[in-house]
Amino acid sequence: MLKVDNINLYYGAAQALRGVSLTAEPGKVTCVLGRNGVGKTSLLRAMVGQYPIASGAINFDGKDITALRPYERARRGIGFVPQGREIFPLLTVEENLKTGFGPLKREDRNIPDDVFSLFPVLQTMLGRRGGDLSGGQQQQLAIGRALVMRPKLLLLDEPTEGIQPSIIKDIGRAISYLRNLGNIAIVLVEQYLDFACELGDSFAVMDRGAVKYACDRASLDPAEISRQMAL
Amino acid sequence: MWSMVQNAWYGLSLGSVLLLAAIGLAITFGVMGVINMAHGEMVMLGAYTTFVVQEVIRTNYPALFDYSLLIAVPLAFLVAGFIGVLIERTIIRFLYGRPLETLLATWGLSLVLQQAVRTAFGPTNREVGNPSWMSGAFELGQITITYNRLWILCFTLAVFAILLAMLRYTALGLEMRAVTQNRRMAASMGIATSRVDALTFGLGSGIAGIAGVALSQIDNVSPNLGQSYIIDSFMVVVFGGVGNLWGTLVGAFTLGIANKFLEPVAGAVLGKIAILVLIILFIQKRPRGLFALKGRAVEA
Repeated sequence: MLKVDNINLYYGAAQALRGVSLTAEPGKVTCVLGRNGVGKTSLLRAMVGQYPIASGAINFDGKDITALRPYERARRGIGFVPQGREIFPLLTVEENLKTGFGPLKREDRNIPDDVFSLFPVLQTMLGRRGGDLSGGQQQQLAIGRALVMRPKLLLLDEPTEGIQPSIIKDIGRAISYLRNLGNIAIVLVEQYLDFACELGDSFAVMDRGAVKYACDRASLDPAEISRQMAL
Repeated sequence: MWSMVQNAWYGLSLGSVLLLAAIGLAITFGVMGVINMAHGEMVMLGAYTTFVVQEVIRTNYPALFDYSLLIAVPLAFLVAGFIGVLIERTIIRFLYGRPLETLLATWGLSLVLQQAVRTAFGPTNREVGNPSWMSGAFELGQITITYNRLWILCFTLAVFAILLAMLRYTALGLEMRAVTQNRRMAASMGIATSRVDALTFGLGSGIAGIAGVALSQIDNVSPNLGQSYIIDSFMVVVFGGVGNLWGTLVGAFTLGIANKFLEPVAGAVLGKIAILVLIILFIQKRPRGLFALKGRAVEA
Protein backbone atom coordinates (compact mmCIF):
# COMPACT_ATOMS: atom_id res chain seq x y z
CA MET A 1 0.00 0.00 0.00
CA LEU A 2 2.40 2.69 1.22
CA LYS A 3 6.12 2.22 0.93
CA VAL A 4 8.48 4.98 1.97
CA ASP A 5 11.92 4.08 0.76
CA ASN A 6 15.08 5.62 2.14
CA ILE A 7 14.01 9.25 2.02
CA ASN A 8 16.16 12.23 2.96
CA LEU A 9 14.79 15.68 3.73
CA TYR A 10 16.62 18.93 4.39
CA TYR A 11 15.55 22.28 5.78
CA GLY A 12 18.28 24.41 4.26
CA ALA A 13 21.48 22.97 5.66
CA ALA A 14 19.80 21.01 8.47
CA GLN A 15 18.93 17.41 7.67
CA ALA A 16 15.53 16.50 9.11
CA LEU A 17 15.17 12.95 7.74
CA ARG A 18 18.05 10.53 7.22
CA GLY A 19 17.29 7.52 5.08
CA VAL A 20 13.86 6.82 6.58
CA SER A 21 11.93 3.79 5.34
CA LEU A 22 8.44 2.85 6.44
CA THR A 23 5.56 0.73 5.19
CA ALA A 24 1.85 0.74 5.91
CA GLU A 25 -0.70 -1.93 5.03
CA PRO A 26 -4.51 -1.84 4.82
CA GLY A 27 -6.15 -2.89 8.06
CA LYS A 28 -2.97 -2.20 10.03
CA VAL A 29 -1.86 0.66 12.23
CA THR A 30 1.77 1.68 11.82
CA CYS A 31 2.97 3.73 14.78
CA VAL A 32 5.82 6.21 14.55
CA LEU A 33 7.13 7.14 17.96
CA GLY A 34 9.78 9.49 19.28
CA ARG A 35 10.46 12.60 21.27
CA ASN A 36 9.96 16.18 20.04
CA GLY A 37 12.08 17.23 17.11
CA VAL A 38 13.19 13.79 15.91
CA GLY A 39 11.45 14.14 12.53
CA LYS A 40 8.05 12.47 13.01
CA THR A 41 6.07 15.39 11.67
CA SER A 42 8.61 16.01 8.91
CA LEU A 43 8.11 12.41 7.83
CA LEU A 44 4.33 12.82 7.59
CA ARG A 45 4.59 16.15 5.81
CA ALA A 46 7.01 14.58 3.33
CA MET A 47 4.48 11.79 2.73
CA VAL A 48 1.64 14.21 1.96
CA GLY A 49 3.96 16.30 -0.21
CA GLN A 50 4.15 19.50 1.79
CA TYR A 51 7.94 19.27 2.00
CA PRO A 52 9.93 18.16 -1.05
CA ILE A 53 12.33 15.32 -0.31
CA ALA A 54 15.93 15.40 -1.51
CA SER A 55 16.24 11.71 -2.33
CA GLY A 56 14.42 8.42 -1.89
CA ALA A 57 11.01 7.35 -3.13
CA ILE A 58 7.45 7.21 -1.89
CA ASN A 59 5.23 4.52 -3.39
CA PHE A 60 1.50 4.45 -2.85
CA ASP A 61 -0.99 1.99 -4.24
CA GLY A 62 1.64 0.56 -6.58
CA LYS A 63 2.62 3.93 -8.06
CA ASP A 64 5.51 6.28 -7.44
CA ILE A 65 4.02 9.47 -6.01
CA THR A 66 7.31 11.16 -5.07
CA ALA A 67 6.90 13.93 -7.64
CA LEU A 68 3.17 14.53 -7.15
CA ARG A 69 1.85 17.72 -5.61
CA PRO A 70 -0.03 17.60 -2.30
CA TYR A 71 -3.52 17.84 -3.80
CA GLU A 72 -2.73 15.11 -6.31
CA ARG A 73 -1.67 12.81 -3.50
CA ALA A 74 -4.83 13.66 -1.56
CA ARG A 75 -6.90 12.85 -4.63
CA ARG A 76 -5.32 9.41 -4.80
CA GLY A 77 -6.58 8.67 -1.32
CA ILE A 78 -4.16 10.02 1.26
CA GLY A 79 -6.06 11.60 4.15
CA PHE A 80 -4.10 13.80 6.53
CA VAL A 81 -4.89 14.84 10.11
CA PRO A 82 -2.10 17.30 10.88
CA GLN A 83 -0.60 18.28 14.18
CA GLY A 84 -2.47 21.29 15.51
CA ARG A 85 -5.52 20.04 13.56
CA GLU A 86 -5.57 22.93 11.06
CA ILE A 87 -9.34 23.27 10.99
CA PHE A 88 -10.55 26.01 8.63
CA PRO A 89 -11.47 28.47 11.38
CA LEU A 90 -14.11 30.53 9.57
CA LEU A 91 -15.87 27.64 7.86
CA THR A 92 -18.69 25.91 9.70
CA VAL A 93 -18.24 22.34 10.86
CA GLU A 94 -20.34 21.17 7.93
CA GLU A 95 -18.30 23.21 5.45
CA ASN A 96 -15.08 21.88 6.95
CA LEU A 97 -16.32 18.37 6.29
CA LYS A 98 -17.36 19.31 2.76
CA THR A 99 -13.87 20.47 1.86
CA GLY A 100 -13.13 16.78 1.46
CA PHE A 101 -15.54 16.48 -1.50
CA GLY A 102 -12.92 17.56 -4.05
CA PRO A 103 -11.48 14.12 -4.83
CA LEU A 104 -14.89 12.40 -4.92
CA LYS A 105 -17.14 11.57 -7.81
CA ARG A 106 -20.33 13.61 -7.90
CA GLU A 107 -22.54 10.76 -6.66
CA ASP A 108 -20.25 10.12 -3.68
CA ARG A 109 -20.35 13.70 -2.46
CA ASN A 110 -21.94 13.14 0.92
CA ILE A 111 -20.68 12.91 4.45
CA PRO A 112 -20.40 9.22 5.37
CA ASP A 113 -22.51 8.07 8.32
CA ASP A 114 -19.37 6.74 9.99
CA VAL A 115 -18.24 10.27 10.71
CA PHE A 116 -21.27 11.01 12.86
CA SER A 117 -21.46 7.60 14.48
CA LEU A 118 -17.81 7.86 15.50
CA PHE A 119 -18.06 11.51 16.55
CA PRO A 120 -21.68 12.30 17.46
CA VAL A 121 -20.67 15.71 18.77
CA LEU A 122 -20.05 16.88 15.19
CA GLN A 123 -23.66 16.21 14.29
CA THR A 124 -24.85 18.65 16.94
CA MET A 125 -22.43 21.37 15.87
CA LEU A 126 -22.80 21.41 12.09
CA GLY A 127 -23.60 25.11 11.97
CA ARG A 128 -20.82 26.30 14.28
CA ARG A 129 -17.63 27.83 13.01
CA GLY A 130 -14.73 25.39 13.15
CA GLY A 131 -12.55 27.91 14.93
CA ASP A 132 -15.06 28.25 17.77
CA LEU A 133 -14.83 24.57 18.71
CA SER A 134 -12.76 23.31 21.63
CA GLY A 135 -9.48 21.53 20.96
CA GLY A 136 -10.98 18.07 21.42
CA GLN A 137 -13.91 18.83 19.14
CA GLN A 138 -11.53 20.22 16.54
CA GLN A 139 -9.49 17.02 16.67
CA GLN A 140 -12.61 14.95 16.06
CA LEU A 141 -13.55 17.28 13.23
CA ALA A 142 -10.09 16.94 11.69
CA ILE A 143 -10.38 13.15 11.66
CA GLY A 144 -13.95 13.30 10.38
CA ARG A 145 -12.88 15.69 7.65
CA ALA A 146 -10.17 13.31 6.47
CA LEU A 147 -12.70 10.43 6.43
CA VAL A 148 -15.01 12.36 4.09
CA MET A 149 -12.34 11.91 1.41
CA ARG A 150 -12.76 8.09 1.74
CA PRO A 151 -9.00 7.72 2.19
CA LYS A 152 -7.08 4.52 1.53
CA LEU A 153 -4.31 5.81 3.75
CA LEU A 154 -4.90 7.88 6.86
CA LEU A 155 -2.02 9.81 8.39
CA LEU A 156 -2.56 11.04 11.96
CA ASP A 157 -0.09 13.39 13.59
CA GLU A 158 -0.33 13.28 17.41
CA PRO A 159 -4.13 13.13 17.59
CA THR A 160 -4.00 12.96 21.41
CA GLU A 161 -1.91 16.07 21.92
CA GLY A 162 -3.57 18.34 24.47
CA ILE A 163 -6.84 16.40 24.47
CA GLN A 164 -8.85 15.35 27.54
CA PRO A 165 -8.83 11.60 28.39
CA SER A 166 -12.48 10.89 27.51
CA ILE A 167 -12.01 12.24 24.00
CA ILE A 168 -8.72 10.37 23.64
CA LYS A 169 -10.78 7.24 24.28
CA ASP A 170 -13.23 8.22 21.53
CA ILE A 171 -10.36 8.82 19.14
CA GLY A 172 -8.78 5.47 20.02
CA ARG A 173 -12.11 3.76 19.43
CA ALA A 174 -12.40 5.49 16.08
CA ILE A 175 -8.93 4.40 15.01
CA SER A 176 -9.51 0.78 15.90
CA TYR A 177 -12.90 0.87 14.13
CA LEU A 178 -11.20 2.17 10.98
CA ARG A 179 -8.49 -0.45 11.23
CA ASN A 180 -11.06 -3.21 11.57
CA LEU A 181 -12.75 -2.05 8.36
CA GLY A 182 -9.67 -3.59 6.79
CA ASN A 183 -9.36 -1.34 3.76
CA ILE A 184 -7.61 1.68 5.29
CA ALA A 185 -3.92 1.80 6.09
CA ILE A 186 -3.21 3.99 9.10
CA VAL A 187 0.00 5.71 10.11
CA LEU A 188 -0.15 7.05 13.65
CA VAL A 189 2.51 9.45 14.89
CA GLU A 190 2.49 9.61 18.68
CA GLN A 191 4.39 10.48 21.81
CA TYR A 192 1.74 8.96 24.05
CA LEU A 193 3.15 5.45 24.32
CA ASP A 194 0.23 3.65 26.01
CA PHE A 195 -2.18 4.93 23.36
CA ALA A 196 0.11 3.74 20.55
CA CYS A 197 0.75 0.33 22.14
CA GLU A 198 -2.97 -0.29 22.47
CA LEU A 199 -3.62 0.35 18.77
CA GLY A 200 -0.43 -0.38 16.87
CA ASP A 201 0.35 -3.37 14.65
CA SER A 202 3.90 -2.29 13.97
CA PHE A 203 6.12 0.28 15.57
CA ALA A 204 9.01 2.48 14.52
CA VAL A 205 10.95 4.65 16.96
CA MET A 206 12.68 7.66 15.47
CA ASP A 207 15.67 9.58 16.71
CA ARG A 208 17.54 12.44 15.03
CA GLY A 209 15.78 12.00 11.74
CA ALA A 210 16.24 8.23 11.41
CA VAL A 211 14.34 5.10 12.40
CA LYS A 212 16.49 3.50 15.06
CA TYR A 213 14.25 0.75 16.38
CA ALA A 214 11.37 -1.17 14.84
CA CYS A 215 9.20 -4.09 15.91
CA ASP A 216 5.78 -5.54 15.29
CA ARG A 217 2.93 -6.38 17.62
CA ALA A 218 4.13 -9.95 18.25
CA SER A 219 7.49 -8.82 19.55
CA LEU A 220 6.16 -5.67 21.21
CA ASP A 221 7.86 -4.79 24.47
CA PRO A 222 6.57 -1.43 25.74
CA ALA A 223 9.42 -1.16 28.22
CA GLU A 224 11.95 -1.52 25.41
CA ILE A 225 10.17 1.09 23.27
CA SER A 226 10.02 3.42 26.23
CA ARG A 227 13.74 2.92 26.76
CA GLN A 228 14.44 3.59 23.07
CA MET A 229 12.35 6.76 23.15
CA ALA A 230 14.11 8.04 26.24
CA LEU A 231 17.60 7.55 24.89
CA MET B 1 -33.14 69.55 4.07
CA TRP B 2 -33.61 68.53 0.43
CA SER B 3 -30.02 69.41 -0.36
CA MET B 4 -29.00 66.90 2.32
CA VAL B 5 -31.11 64.24 0.68
CA GLN B 6 -29.66 65.14 -2.69
CA ASN B 7 -26.14 64.82 -1.26
CA ALA B 8 -27.02 61.48 0.29
CA TRP B 9 -28.31 60.25 -3.06
CA TYR B 10 -25.15 61.42 -4.83
CA GLY B 11 -23.17 59.68 -2.10
CA LEU B 12 -25.07 56.42 -2.55
CA SER B 13 -24.52 56.65 -6.27
CA LEU B 14 -20.80 57.28 -5.91
CA GLY B 15 -20.67 54.51 -3.31
CA SER B 16 -22.27 52.04 -5.70
CA VAL B 17 -19.72 52.91 -8.37
CA LEU B 18 -16.89 52.52 -5.87
CA LEU B 19 -18.32 49.23 -4.68
CA LEU B 20 -18.64 47.89 -8.20
CA ALA B 21 -15.04 48.81 -8.99
CA ALA B 22 -13.71 47.55 -5.65
CA ILE B 23 -15.61 44.30 -5.28
CA GLY B 24 -13.45 42.41 -7.75
CA LEU B 25 -10.42 43.77 -6.01
CA ALA B 26 -11.81 42.63 -2.66
CA ILE B 27 -11.59 39.11 -4.09
CA THR B 28 -8.13 39.21 -5.64
CA PHE B 29 -6.57 41.40 -2.96
CA GLY B 30 -8.74 40.37 -0.02
CA VAL B 31 -8.96 36.67 -0.71
CA MET B 32 -5.71 35.92 -2.50
CA GLY B 33 -3.55 38.74 -1.11
CA VAL B 34 -2.44 39.72 -4.59
CA ILE B 35 -1.98 43.44 -5.19
CA ASN B 36 -3.25 43.74 -8.74
CA MET B 37 -2.46 47.18 -10.15
CA ALA B 38 -3.97 46.08 -13.46
CA HIS B 39 -7.42 45.75 -11.89
CA GLY B 40 -8.50 49.11 -13.27
CA GLU B 41 -7.58 47.94 -16.75
CA MET B 42 -9.99 45.02 -16.39
CA VAL B 43 -12.68 47.64 -15.75
CA MET B 44 -11.49 49.47 -18.85
CA LEU B 45 -11.65 46.28 -20.93
CA GLY B 46 -15.23 45.77 -19.78
CA ALA B 47 -16.11 49.28 -20.93
CA TYR B 48 -14.51 48.68 -24.33
CA THR B 49 -16.37 45.40 -24.64
CA THR B 50 -19.56 47.42 -24.20
CA PHE B 51 -18.38 49.79 -26.91
CA VAL B 52 -17.70 46.95 -29.34
CA VAL B 53 -21.04 45.30 -28.61
CA GLN B 54 -22.85 48.58 -29.25
CA GLU B 55 -20.93 49.17 -32.48
CA VAL B 56 -21.86 45.74 -33.79
CA ILE B 57 -25.49 46.23 -32.79
CA ARG B 58 -25.65 49.73 -34.28
CA THR B 59 -24.43 48.60 -37.67
CA ASN B 60 -26.20 45.26 -37.89
CA TYR B 61 -29.21 45.08 -35.58
CA PRO B 62 -30.22 48.64 -34.61
CA ALA B 63 -33.48 47.36 -33.16
CA LEU B 64 -31.60 45.49 -30.44
CA PHE B 65 -29.86 48.60 -29.10
CA ASP B 66 -31.91 48.66 -25.89
CA TYR B 67 -30.59 45.21 -25.06
CA SER B 68 -26.96 46.06 -25.77
CA LEU B 69 -26.02 46.24 -22.10
CA LEU B 70 -27.66 42.91 -21.32
CA ILE B 71 -25.48 41.37 -24.01
CA ALA B 72 -22.40 43.29 -22.89
CA VAL B 73 -22.53 42.18 -19.24
CA PRO B 74 -21.85 38.46 -19.78
CA LEU B 75 -19.42 39.21 -22.60
CA ALA B 76 -17.46 41.70 -20.49
CA PHE B 77 -17.33 39.13 -17.69
CA LEU B 78 -15.93 36.53 -20.07
CA VAL B 79 -13.42 38.85 -21.76
CA ALA B 80 -12.03 40.34 -18.55
CA GLY B 81 -12.24 36.99 -16.76
CA PHE B 82 -10.37 35.22 -19.53
CA ILE B 83 -7.63 37.83 -19.54
CA GLY B 84 -7.50 37.62 -15.75
CA VAL B 85 -6.96 33.84 -15.88
CA LEU B 86 -4.31 34.37 -18.54
CA ILE B 87 -2.49 36.92 -16.37
CA GLU B 88 -2.63 34.62 -13.35
CA ARG B 89 -1.34 31.61 -15.29
CA THR B 90 1.47 33.44 -17.07
CA ILE B 91 2.65 36.01 -14.51
CA ILE B 92 1.14 36.14 -11.07
CA ARG B 93 1.41 32.50 -10.11
CA PHE B 94 5.20 32.81 -10.27
CA LEU B 95 5.09 35.73 -7.87
CA TYR B 96 3.00 34.45 -4.94
CA GLY B 97 4.45 35.60 -1.64
CA ARG B 98 6.41 38.40 -3.31
CA PRO B 99 4.15 41.45 -3.04
CA LEU B 100 6.65 44.00 -4.34
CA GLU B 101 7.36 42.08 -7.54
CA THR B 102 3.63 41.46 -8.00
CA LEU B 103 2.94 45.16 -7.63
CA LEU B 104 5.57 46.12 -10.19
CA ALA B 105 4.66 43.39 -12.65
CA THR B 106 0.93 44.17 -12.57
CA TRP B 107 1.64 47.89 -12.83
CA GLY B 108 3.73 47.26 -15.93
CA LEU B 109 0.94 45.07 -17.21
CA SER B 110 -1.57 47.86 -16.71
CA LEU B 111 0.57 50.12 -18.92
CA VAL B 112 0.80 47.41 -21.57
CA LEU B 113 -2.97 46.92 -21.56
CA GLN B 114 -3.61 50.65 -21.77
CA GLN B 115 -1.28 51.00 -24.71
CA ALA B 116 -2.76 47.95 -26.43
CA VAL B 117 -6.23 49.47 -26.20
CA ARG B 118 -4.89 52.88 -27.28
CA THR B 119 -3.36 51.25 -30.35
CA ALA B 120 -6.45 49.24 -31.17
CA PHE B 121 -9.16 51.84 -30.51
CA GLY B 122 -7.30 55.16 -30.59
CA PRO B 123 -6.48 57.50 -27.72
CA THR B 124 -9.72 59.49 -27.79
CA ASN B 125 -12.91 58.80 -25.87
CA ARG B 126 -15.23 56.35 -27.57
CA GLU B 127 -18.92 56.93 -27.46
CA VAL B 128 -21.06 54.48 -25.57
CA GLY B 129 -24.75 55.24 -25.67
CA ASN B 130 -27.41 54.90 -23.00
CA PRO B 131 -30.27 52.56 -23.88
CA SER B 132 -33.64 54.26 -23.59
CA TRP B 133 -34.47 52.68 -20.22
CA MET B 134 -31.31 54.19 -18.77
CA SER B 135 -31.76 57.74 -20.07
CA GLY B 136 -33.73 60.51 -18.44
CA ALA B 137 -34.56 61.29 -14.88
CA PHE B 138 -37.48 61.66 -12.51
CA GLU B 139 -38.22 64.02 -9.65
CA LEU B 140 -38.61 62.84 -6.10
CA GLY B 141 -39.65 65.77 -3.92
CA GLN B 142 -37.08 68.39 -4.76
CA ILE B 143 -34.32 66.05 -5.89
CA THR B 144 -33.62 64.70 -9.32
CA ILE B 145 -32.78 61.04 -9.77
CA THR B 146 -31.35 59.94 -13.09
CA TYR B 147 -32.28 56.48 -14.28
CA ASN B 148 -28.74 55.46 -15.16
CA ARG B 149 -27.52 56.14 -11.59
CA LEU B 150 -30.50 54.30 -10.15
CA TRP B 151 -29.95 51.27 -12.39
CA ILE B 152 -26.27 51.19 -11.51
CA LEU B 153 -27.10 51.18 -7.81
CA CYS B 154 -29.52 48.27 -8.30
CA PHE B 155 -27.07 46.46 -10.55
CA THR B 156 -24.26 46.83 -8.00
CA LEU B 157 -26.38 45.42 -5.21
CA ALA B 158 -27.41 42.52 -7.43
CA VAL B 159 -23.78 41.74 -8.33
CA PHE B 160 -22.86 41.90 -4.66
CA ALA B 161 -25.66 39.53 -3.67
CA ILE B 162 -24.82 37.06 -6.44
CA LEU B 163 -21.16 37.06 -5.49
CA LEU B 164 -21.97 36.55 -1.83
CA ALA B 165 -24.28 33.65 -2.66
CA MET B 166 -21.69 32.16 -4.97
CA LEU B 167 -19.03 32.21 -2.27
CA ARG B 168 -21.44 30.77 0.26
CA TYR B 169 -23.34 28.09 -1.60
CA THR B 170 -21.24 26.77 -4.46
CA ALA B 171 -18.46 24.19 -4.35
CA LEU B 172 -16.03 26.65 -5.90
CA GLY B 173 -16.94 29.25 -3.28
CA LEU B 174 -16.22 26.77 -0.51
CA GLU B 175 -12.90 25.84 -2.09
CA MET B 176 -11.98 29.51 -2.41
CA ARG B 177 -12.69 30.16 1.25
CA ALA B 178 -10.80 27.04 2.33
CA VAL B 179 -7.75 28.03 0.27
CA THR B 180 -7.88 31.54 1.74
CA GLN B 181 -7.95 30.30 5.29
CA ASN B 182 -5.34 27.59 5.03
CA ARG B 183 -3.77 26.97 1.66
CA ARG B 184 -1.59 24.06 2.76
CA MET B 185 -4.41 22.18 4.46
CA ALA B 186 -6.78 22.86 1.58
CA ALA B 187 -4.30 21.14 -0.74
CA SER B 188 -4.13 18.18 1.61
CA MET B 189 -7.91 17.90 1.40
CA GLY B 190 -7.54 17.35 -2.34
CA ILE B 191 -8.46 20.88 -3.40
CA ALA B 192 -6.51 21.77 -6.55
CA THR B 193 -5.13 25.04 -5.22
CA SER B 194 -3.58 26.21 -8.48
CA ARG B 195 -6.92 25.80 -10.23
CA VAL B 196 -8.70 27.68 -7.45
CA ASP B 197 -6.14 30.50 -7.71
CA ALA B 198 -6.68 30.87 -11.44
CA LEU B 199 -10.47 30.81 -11.12
CA THR B 200 -10.46 33.26 -8.21
CA PHE B 201 -8.38 35.68 -10.19
CA GLY B 202 -10.60 35.17 -13.20
CA LEU B 203 -13.69 35.83 -11.09
CA GLY B 204 -12.27 39.05 -9.64
CA SER B 205 -11.26 40.23 -13.09
CA GLY B 206 -14.58 39.25 -14.61
CA ILE B 207 -16.44 41.29 -12.01
CA ALA B 208 -14.17 44.22 -12.82
CA GLY B 209 -15.23 43.75 -16.44
CA ILE B 210 -18.89 43.93 -15.40
CA ALA B 211 -18.08 47.12 -13.51
CA GLY B 212 -16.71 48.47 -16.78
CA VAL B 213 -20.09 47.94 -18.46
CA ALA B 214 -21.79 50.03 -15.79
CA LEU B 215 -19.11 52.71 -15.75
CA SER B 216 -19.30 53.10 -19.53
CA GLN B 217 -22.75 54.60 -18.91
CA ILE B 218 -21.56 57.45 -16.69
CA ASP B 219 -17.87 57.93 -17.49
CA ASN B 220 -15.69 58.52 -20.53
CA VAL B 221 -14.64 55.31 -22.21
CA SER B 222 -10.95 55.94 -22.77
CA PRO B 223 -7.78 53.91 -22.20
CA ASN B 224 -7.31 55.77 -18.90
CA LEU B 225 -10.71 54.82 -17.51
CA GLY B 226 -9.32 52.25 -15.09
CA GLN B 227 -6.70 54.50 -13.57
CA SER B 228 -9.23 56.84 -12.04
CA TYR B 229 -10.72 53.98 -10.03
CA ILE B 230 -7.79 51.88 -8.91
CA ILE B 231 -6.71 54.09 -5.97
CA ASP B 232 -10.25 54.54 -4.71
CA SER B 233 -10.84 50.80 -5.00
CA PHE B 234 -7.82 49.96 -2.88
CA MET B 235 -8.93 52.58 -0.36
CA VAL B 236 -12.36 50.98 -0.10
CA VAL B 237 -10.95 47.48 0.37
CA VAL B 238 -8.41 48.49 3.01
CA PHE B 239 -10.90 50.71 4.83
CA GLY B 240 -13.57 48.02 4.87
CA GLY B 241 -11.25 45.32 6.15
CA VAL B 242 -9.31 42.97 3.93
CA GLY B 243 -10.97 39.67 3.16
CA ASN B 244 -14.45 40.80 4.12
CA LEU B 245 -17.03 41.50 1.43
CA TRP B 246 -19.47 43.16 3.82
CA GLY B 247 -16.67 45.47 4.89
CA THR B 248 -16.16 46.40 1.25
CA LEU B 249 -19.87 47.20 0.94
CA VAL B 250 -19.97 49.43 4.01
CA GLY B 251 -16.58 50.95 3.16
CA ALA B 252 -17.69 51.89 -0.35
CA PHE B 253 -20.92 53.55 0.75
CA THR B 254 -19.25 55.31 3.69
CA LEU B 255 -16.55 56.77 1.47
CA GLY B 256 -19.06 57.69 -1.23
CA ILE B 257 -21.39 59.52 1.15
CA ALA B 258 -18.57 61.17 3.10
CA ASN B 259 -17.12 62.41 -0.17
CA LYS B 260 -20.36 63.96 -1.34
CA PHE B 261 -21.06 65.66 1.98
CA LEU B 262 -17.55 67.12 2.16
CA GLU B 263 -17.56 68.33 -1.44
CA PRO B 264 -19.98 71.27 -1.05
CA VAL B 265 -18.19 72.41 2.13
CA ALA B 266 -14.55 71.86 1.22
CA GLY B 267 -14.54 71.60 -2.56
CA ALA B 268 -13.90 68.49 -4.59
CA VAL B 269 -10.11 68.35 -4.30
CA LEU B 270 -9.85 69.34 -0.65
CA GLY B 271 -12.66 66.90 0.13
CA LYS B 272 -10.69 64.03 -1.43
CA ILE B 273 -7.58 65.00 0.51
CA ALA B 274 -9.55 65.16 3.74
CA ILE B 275 -10.94 61.67 3.11
CA LEU B 276 -7.48 60.31 2.38
CA VAL B 277 -6.06 61.81 5.59
CA LEU B 278 -9.00 60.47 7.59
CA ILE B 279 -8.45 56.98 6.19
CA ILE B 280 -4.74 57.10 6.99
CA LEU B 281 -5.54 58.10 10.58
CA PHE B 282 -8.22 55.42 10.79
CA ILE B 283 -5.84 52.73 9.57
CA GLN B 284 -3.32 53.79 12.22
CA LYS B 285 -5.97 53.18 14.84
CA ARG B 286 -7.44 50.02 13.28
CA PRO B 287 -4.91 48.45 10.93
CA ARG B 288 -7.28 45.64 10.01
CA GLY B 289 -10.00 47.99 8.79
CA LEU B 290 -13.59 48.57 9.71
CA PHE B 291 -14.67 44.97 10.01
CA ALA B 292 -11.69 43.15 11.40
CA LEU B 293 -12.64 39.58 12.18
CA LYS B 294 -12.79 38.82 15.88
CA GLY B 295 -13.05 35.89 18.23
CA ARG B 296 -11.62 32.48 18.85
CA ALA B 297 -11.98 31.52 15.20
CA VAL B 298 -9.44 34.10 14.08
CA GLU B 299 -6.74 33.07 16.49
CA ALA B 300 -7.10 29.38 15.63
